[in-house]
Amino acid sequence: MKKSKVFWIYVAVALVVYGIVEFLISNGNLDMYYSNLFITIAINVILAVSLHLVIGITGQFSIGHAGFLAVGAYISAIFTTNLGWPFPVALLIGAFVAAIAGLIVGIPTLRLKGDYLAIATLGFAEIIRIVFLNIDYVGGAAGMQVDYLTTWSYAFFAVLITIIVISNFTNSRHGRACIAVREDEIAADAMGINTTFYKVLAFAIGSFFAGLAGGLFSHNFFIIQPSQFGFLKSFDILIYVVLGGLGSLSGSIIAAILLTIISLYLQDFPETRMIIYSLVLIIVMLYRPSGLMGTKEVTDLFKFGKKSRGGNVNE
Amino acid sequence: MEWLQQLINGISLGSIYALIALGYTMVYGIIKLINFAHGDVFMIGAFIGFLAIARWDLGFFPALLLAMVVCAILGVLIERIAYKRLRNATRIAALITAIGVSLLIEYTTIFFRGAQPEAYPDVISNKTFNFLGAQISMQSIMILSVSIVLMLILQFIVHKTKIGKAMRAVSYDVEAARLMGINVDNTISVTFAIGSALAGAAGVIFGVYYTKIDPLMGIIPGVKAFVAAVLGGIGIIPGAVAGGMVLGVVETVVSALGFSLWRDAAAFVILILILIFRPAGIFGKNTREKV
Repeated sequence: MKKSKVFWIYVAVALVVYGIVEFLISNGNLDMYYSNLFITIAINVILAVSLHLVIGITGQFSIGHAGFLAVGAYISAIFTTNLGWPFPVALLIGAFVAAIAGLIVGIPTLRLKGDYLAIATLGFAEIIRIVFLNIDYVGGAAGMQVDYLTTWSYAFFAVLITIIVISNFTNSRHGRACIAVREDEIAADAMGINTTFYKVLAFAIGSFFAGLAGGLFSHNFFIIQPSQFGFLKSFDILIYVVLGGLGSLSGSIIAAILLTIISLYLQDFPETRMIIYSLVLIIVMLYRPSGLMGTKEVTDLFKFGKKSRGGNVNE
Repeated sequence: MEWLQQLINGISLGSIYALIALGYTMVYGIIKLINFAHGDVFMIGAFIGFLAIARWDLGFFPALLLAMVVCAILGVLIERIAYKRLRNATRIAALITAIGVSLLIEYTTIFFRGAQPEAYPDVISNKTFNFLGAQISMQSIMILSVSIVLMLILQFIVHKTKIGKAMRAVSYDVEAARLMGINVDNTISVTFAIGSALAGAAGVIFGVYYTKIDPLMGIIPGVKAFVAAVLGGIGIIPGAVAGGMVLGVVETVVSALGFSLWRDAAAFVILILILIFRPAGIFGKNTREKV
């Protein structure tokens, strides 16, 4: 079957799911608790997919993703709450500013490798958090009041756009270049791929979508505080990608959905939740370091989606 | 003499960073792993010291020794259980495991005793001396002398003993060391034990100096000590000490200039600058990358 046809089937399935949930919410079958769960899942899926592009596809180990989430959250909140701009515009502005932040952070740090890159991204995320902590205009440590604007529709279409853009990017020429960088940076360089350009590009796209998720995140609460965007938030996002499988888009989506639901049930026992998370992380790394899905996709299981990632076109 | 005062405060803080950084740098030098759990070993050391002093009425030195012994055992356990299997795994897998171990220690501690902070009892008198117009507390002198003694002992172990020679050999070339009959696994365990014992000592000293400890206290000093290790050149023992001191003084100066809220950012700015302009650190030599 042709690739484009498969693509439209997935979009149609996604729209049907959206329609059902939207119908149930507007009909009152799903109360605040569940609609909130769906929105949280959507936000976490966007975060997981955006980090998947950076870690899973391009192989750049960033553990500061919460910093870009914070940028998107604060910038979009300033535009809606303080300046009264419409929500979708504010979301886009937040995402663009996060992408610019990604460029600023990425250009110097992506020259580093492995452990050093991880620590540098962690450091940058902390600097971003400390900057927000020290700006009185956004409330400092006490936090900032934000209007409640996120709805299931916004969240859903943001997820859809994120997944479409990132999966198409992965299967494009640029995506293949990113995979080459992941597999062997020196070899990719020798083959004429501009490795710095692709690393920064993937990082900026990842930051863009993290910023988009940030906008949805801040407008889903009534208040945002710098402490919400610390180390632990970055690790939360990291766990989705690692558990799902480094390099598997569907794996990170599934992990994000499952872990969001699990953490909702463990909401009253935050320590237990973190103990379980950390044990899962250690056990997965010791016994299955490629994550649950490896680099496979769910679509590989179906006959009609015989394409494998990385552009081996068999159909 | 305001500046002398700040310099002394900075060196006191810096010696704590230096003690933690030594563990990072030794472990990184030998197995190329950022032991994220190191900051949490430091936290455990602070709590053992607290229990020893407040509950079991031990003095400062017995508490310090007890914390060092417990942390050494903890460090070896972490290495044996989690890291040993990962010797041949990818760097990312090892790093994620280290993050997992760190979270596990933090939240297991919270699970058993709650997240509330604990106030360290006074074990060293608060007497201050006047030195060239600067007020030096007994605590600062104590911290500094304990740190210096521990560093001298470390220097002795690494350069004058057989196990120290083995450690240097393993960090130079694991395969060659194994061929020369060195027990690599034991040497790595000893490295973890020594590094963790130093972190435990740093924990007790931190508790005495700052009087407040809590289960998540290890995260920030842990990351900053890593910054100190990178600053001095990771894998180089005198570098960790120098890096810790520089970082401590810089942080104190930033606070003294009235930017105390930006203090934590200063460490990360230093890290990023050093990574960009001199990734091998102050004492490191640049090495060419090979295919």
